[in-house]
Amino acid sequence: MKIQIRYFASLRETLGAQESIDMPAGSTLGALRDVLVDRSPRHAEVLARGRAVRCALAQRMCDEGTALVDGAEVAFFPPVTGG
Amino acid sequence: MAERVSVRHADFDLSAEVAALRAGDGGVGAVVAFVGTVRDHSAGQGVSRMELEHYPGMTEAAIETMIDAAHQRFDIRATRVVHRIGVLQPADQIVLVAVTSAHRGQAFQACEFLMDYLKTQAPFWKKEGAAEGARWVDARSSDDAALQRWGLNSGNAG
Repeated sequence: MKIQIRYFASLRETLGAQESIDMPAGSTLGALRDVLVDRSPRHAEVLARGRAVRCALAQRMCDEGTALVDGAEVAFFPPVTGG
Repeated sequence: MAERVSVRHADFDLSAEVAALRAGDGGVGAVVAFVGTVRDHSAGQGVSRMELEHYPGMTEAAIETMIDAAHQRFDIRATRVVHRIGVLQPADQIVLVAVTSAHRGQAFQACEFLMDYLKTQAPFWKKEGAAEGARWVDARSSDDAALQRWGLNSGNAG
């Protein structure tokens, strides 16, 4: 499955605004995060377990158990601070 | 009806927004509006600028969902949310939430509900600029607790 990934705020500053990746069918958001952590030391620095990272699938907040679909837009970002 | 959500660089005029929100609705007996502004200090440090980033598309959709939830939960008539993005200065306006209702109680509650929801669930990120450099603002667990009062889990800061 082809997955489009977007990053915002501090994650964008470290990893760039977007990248794409191939994932096995049936993968979850959490599995994607694990694959990304192994991609580079910079990925590991901001996405490692224990870091406060929120995620969205198809522009909706989701938890990491959510299943991905082919062509999905996924986003990783820090806790939100608007208002 | 005018659009309910505006995420934009431009400033807003509270009086004009309130006038537009209640125009033509004779059933309105109360208007409650909250305006958030940029503080000139944070954690004992001066703040010289504030930069706001958002997730185009998702941010607007998330706020629309919150407004739908407010209209289901409270007896309110109309809602308007304006949130600014880009570079702001101390004392600038950041956010407006305005709600109309027949009586004040529901409008007060809906306005606070919307702000508590927005603080923890709308994808915006603030970066403060100071003499010491720029830093991303940390989410507050007190904002999660504020949403919890409405029976909603946030899990944003925590």
